Formats: sequence, C-alpha cells, structure tokens
Amino acid sequence: MTQESSKVVQAPKTMYDKIWDKHLVYQEPGDDSAILYIDQLLCHEVTSPQAFEGLRMAGRTVRHPDRVMAVQDHNVPTKDRDKPIADPIARTQIETLRANCKEFGIRLYDLFDLEQGVIHVVAPEQGHVCPGGTLTCGDSHTATHGAFGMIAMGTGTSEVEHVLATQTLRQKKMKQMRITVDGKLSDGVTAKDLILYIINKLTTSGGAGYAVEFAGEAIHALTMEGRMTVCNMAIEMGARVGMIAPDETTFEYLRGRNCMPKGEDFDKAVAEWKELPTDEDAAFDKEVRFNAADVQPMVTWGTNPAQSVPVSGTVPAPEDFDNVEERKMAKNALEYMDLEAGMPITSIKLDWVFIGSCTNGRIEDFRAAAAALKGYKIADGIQAIAVPGSGIVKKQAEEEGLDKIFTEAGFEWRDPGCSMCLAMNPDQLQPGERCAGTSNRNFEGRMGKGGRTHLVAPAMAAAAAVAGHFVDIREWKYN
Amino acid sequence: MRAFIQHEGLVVPMDRSDIDTDQLVPKQFLKRVERSGFGKFLFFDWRYLNDDYDENPDFELNRPEYRDATILLARQNFGCGSSREHAPWAIADYGFRVVIASSYADIFYNNSFKNGYLPVTLTEEQIEDLFQREAKYRPYKLNVNLEKCEITDAYDLKIKFQIDEFRRECLMNGWDDIGLTLRFEDKIDEYEKAHGIQ
Repeated sequence: MTQESSKVVQAPKTMYDKIWDKHLVYQEPGDDSAILYIDQLLCHEVTSPQAFEGLRMAGRTVRHPDRVMAVQDHNVPTKDRDKPIADPIARTQIETLRANCKEFGIRLYDLFDLEQGVIHVVAPEQGHVCPGGTLTCGDSHTATHGAFGMIAMGTGTSEVEHVLATQTLRQKKMKQMRITVDGKLSDGVTAKDLILYIINKLTTSGGAGYAVEFAGEAIHALTMEGRMTVCNMAIEMGARVGMIAPDETTFEYLRGRNCMPKGEDFDKAVAEWKELPTDEDAAFDKEVRFNAADVQPMVTWGTNPAQSVPVSGTVPAPEDFDNVEERKMAKNALEYMDLEAGMPITSIKLDWVFIGSCTNGRIEDFRAAAAALKGYKIADGIQAIAVPGSGIVKKQAEEEGLDKIFTEAGFEWRDPGCSMCLAMNPDQLQPGERCAGTSNRNFEGRMGKGGRTHLVAPAMAAAAAVAGHFVDIREWKYN
Repeated sequence: MRAFIQHEGLVVPMDRSDIDTDQLVPKQFLKRVERSGFGKFLFFDWRYLNDDYDENPDFELNRPEYRDATILLARQNFGCGSSREHAPWAIADYGFRVVIASSYADIFYNNSFKNGYLPVTLTEEQIEDLFQREAKYRPYKLNVNLEKCEITDAYDLKIKFQIDEFRRECLMNGWDDIGLTLRFEDKIDEYEKAHGIQ
C-alpha cells in the first residue's frame, strides 16, 4: 500500500517521510540506499576517538564543525572531580576528545563547564535539536531526540567519521511503525513504565528495521522529559528511530534555548514545524495500539529490558513462555539474577539504588524521586546515588532544594555523567549486588561484572531505597 | 576495508539469542582510543574466569574443537544493545569472517559491513538445521560465497541467502564508505547551497 500511494502526487506522508524527503541529497537510480543530509552530529569520548583518527589518517577534515557538538560523559567521575582521574585510560579518552575538538574547531561542553552532562540530556537542553531535522551520534540512545520530531539515530564509529567528513550518511529508508497509546496513564504510572510496558509487549527485537512513531493521547500528554524517556528506549525494542510529532509542549520547551532561533525567526520556525505531523491518511507498514489504562508501574526481573512485570506481579517461570527461545532466555536470566519463579516482585531486596542516566536523569525525574523520598531515610544496607543528567539539571535541582532531600535521606548527590548506567567510571556494582536503576539496560554485567539490575521509574527507585525492596508506588505514603 | 568474496571455515555454535554488545565487548575495554587489538576482549565475561584472562573451559570459543573457528553461528537478535563498533572490531580482530544468525540488531548489522566480515541472515529453520548439522558432523565446516550468495557444506547443504546489493558490492570490493560518498561531493554542495548552508 505504501508503494502504491507513493506514486500518487502529493500522497499523504508520515513525519518520517517528510523529514527524509527534505534531507535527501542524492539517490542513484536503481539504488535503494540514499545519501541523507545530517543536520547535527553529537560526539562523546568513547565512540569518537577512532573516527577523528580515521580522518587524520585519510587526510580529511570536518566538513561542518559548527554542526558538531561534543561532551565527555561516559567515563567521567561523578565525585572528586577536582582530583585527577584515577583511571589512566579513561583520562586519555577524555583528553583525546578535548584535543580533537580543539584541532577541528568543535564546540565541547567540557568536564569543568556548568553545561556538561550526559550527551542526550545536554543536547536538548542547549538546543542542539530541531523539529524536522536529522541528528546522529555514536550512541544507541540517540533516538531520545526523536521526541522533538526528528530523525535521530545511533551509529557506530565508522559512521561518526562519515558524518564528520561528509555531513551525510548513506541510509536505506526504514520500514515504519506507529505505536498509538490511547487514553490516560493512571496516577503513579510514568513515561518509563509506559515504555517498559511497550517493550515487554513487542519484545527486544519487535522494532528492528523500523522507524517508530509514538502517537496518541497518552503520548502527547507527556512532558518533553517524559517523551524523551519514551524515545530514548526505542532501541531497547530494536528500533533505531523513535519519534513524536512536535506540538505546543515541544515549542515551549525549545523557546529561548541556546542555539535556537530567536524572536520572529523562532515563530517562523514554529510555523514550519507545525507542518511536520504525519498526514491523516498516511500509511504505516505496521500499526500497534495500546491502552494507557492497562499500564502499571513496571519492574524488570531479567537480563533484557523486555523481561518485566507490573510491580504487583510475581517473577515468572520459564514455563510461562510459549516460545522455546524465550523459555531458554528466562531460565538463564533467573539464574543470573538469582530469583525464584513465583516470588512477589515486592519481596526482592536491594543493595543499591541509582537515579540518573539519559533515560531518567532530567529535572522532573529528580522531582519525582525527591517527592517520594521527602521525610524518609533510605533502608539500612542500601547504597544510593543520585546523578543529575547535566550541570544545568543539578543546578536547578539545588535551587529547588531537591539535593537536600536526597542527602538527608541518605543518598549521595553526585556530579553529572553516565555513571552506573554503564559503569565505565568508578560507579559500579560488585558481583552479586542488586540495584534498582532508572537507566535503560539490565544486561548481564551492565552495572559491573556479576551485578544485577532492575529497571524502574524514578519514584519507584526512590521508594525502593527507603523500603529496601520494591514497593508499589501507588500505595506509597508521600510526606 | 578487507574485502570478502568467499570463505571456508570451521563453525562454532553459540546456542543463544539476544547476544548483546555488552557481552561482545564489556565496557571496561571501550576506553581505548585505537581500533585494533579488540579480539582478546571478545566475550570477555563469558570467556574468562577472572581479570587475569584465565579461560573458562566451558565457554564455546575455549573448547579445543572450536579453537580455529572462523564462522560464528547464533540465534536471533544478535548484537542488540549499545551501538559500540568495538563489538564488530572485536569479532573481526578475533578472526571471525562470517556470523550467521536469524536476525541482527540494526546498528550492529550496519556496523558489521564496515569491518570486512559478513553477517549472514537465515531463517530460524535454516539456523536450527545448521545447529543440528554442526552437532552431527563436528568438526563442521561451511563454505560461504558472497559472489553467489550461497552457503554449502561438504555434505548436501546448499542455502541461498539475501543481502542488500549495495552492501554486497562494497564488501566484495573492500570499498571505503566515505570515499564512495565523496564521489558525490558536488551533490552535497548543491544540497547545501539550495538550503542556505554555508
């Protein structure tokens, strides 16, 4: 149907189609891959050094340094930042990014700048995003920026180099899926629970090959922070691109940000952005609908983000799954996670709580966690860290007095970075330790070799820190 | 990039789905600024018992019969998770020339073609058949021919596989992507001029 309708003049288009068409540089007749213009490249210290080295070796340069921004986030320490970085290899990467940015004239939000933080928190905050645009980064969570109505996708390092050298990427058009969420989320249910629920329903590979548009009442009721949480985890169901049509919420978030047009120019841009949403009769390769009222606070029990259940549920048994591969995976996961089938989720005891990351490291995440924590102390034996997504988030949280709530409850209030989400810096679990994290991946060893991760929303993580085990946030007594 | 036209080699079966890139190369090895030398970190957490590289004798790659394997056979959604190209670098550096699975994560699949080895996609039934053949005929070799898009063994196997034509051509010739795109630099100039990009 898509093919037939595309032959008609002015056929209805999806948002993805519109952005694709606008960025098409060249497509050779008969070739199904095209050269696509990339408006913005984001770089961090882990996936960029080999790209810059590649440029140097080939005698190439950066085509548009003004369309590249960089930040150190993956292996930066989140405390004692004034001291030298203990890990010499991490230090080399951080210094290498600094040197590369200087050599090629790229804007770096340096470790000691107020604006530094997790790249997917910093980029929208500083206005390096734009509805209708294209953006790439050597990082799979780049889909975050699709929340603004853009084609934003993660790549490997070879493609970081490709964008640096040519400001384009060679791309094949993706298949398209629309996920519509009707109705309203219940009290206590957040964007994080919604995306965990969707991933659970569609599996870790359900979105592979697709650009996904999230639509419907429940999606458009989300704040920009919530929308970013949803798009951020599109990759956890295999979708490189997750996007949401821009609306007044988007425009208000962007108005006045650095790197955004100002005054009349901004109004003109908004008028253009209003043309972006998918046309009414546009066809998708796949359509999926969910009802927001069915979503409950979610907790992952396994070693991939699709292995989750509502907090009111129990740990499933391998036999609960129809598919033989899923059974095998469940068995391995239960072993690694040291969980028994049938145990209530609320009986799972924790050693650590981590609040932060590109998924849930924004101001509203810390507000939600602080609201649950207020007037409580964390349970004995729990170690808990709150790691703001950026210096700006940190500053704002401190102005609102949230840091005091965290520290008085027994959390450590840290400096911004990716931290325990991928544990490249010293923030790591020891073998066998169990953590409730607001991050995006519960893979084996993700937070440290032998460590066990359960993914949850920020308020759920905060309440679990107080109780020492998971609790249903809908029954929480807020002070 | 190393070209790939055809390859005959020993198959190592890894009977797992959702092998993620954190398993292919754990985070502690992402701090290097080089592209080379990642082979020894491949599957680190499964392959070694400790940080001193003492081998886990039960892990597939460490078993004597699979030491010389150059073809990795797995199940579905291979390479999911992080976009780290360190995973393809490790696969190539270890010496694998072919990965065979029933599906791949998009970013991993895309990254593979920049690194001179061939990711082959087959149906779940074909994958199951290969696992059974490997168990039956061990040591089991496959011949993977990209020119003909065909896999054969020394018995009666002959499977056709599909691959994007552009990717096939690039891999068979070992072409550098950036060089290819820069052949159309005038088109990029035109685009930028038309869009007021300076």
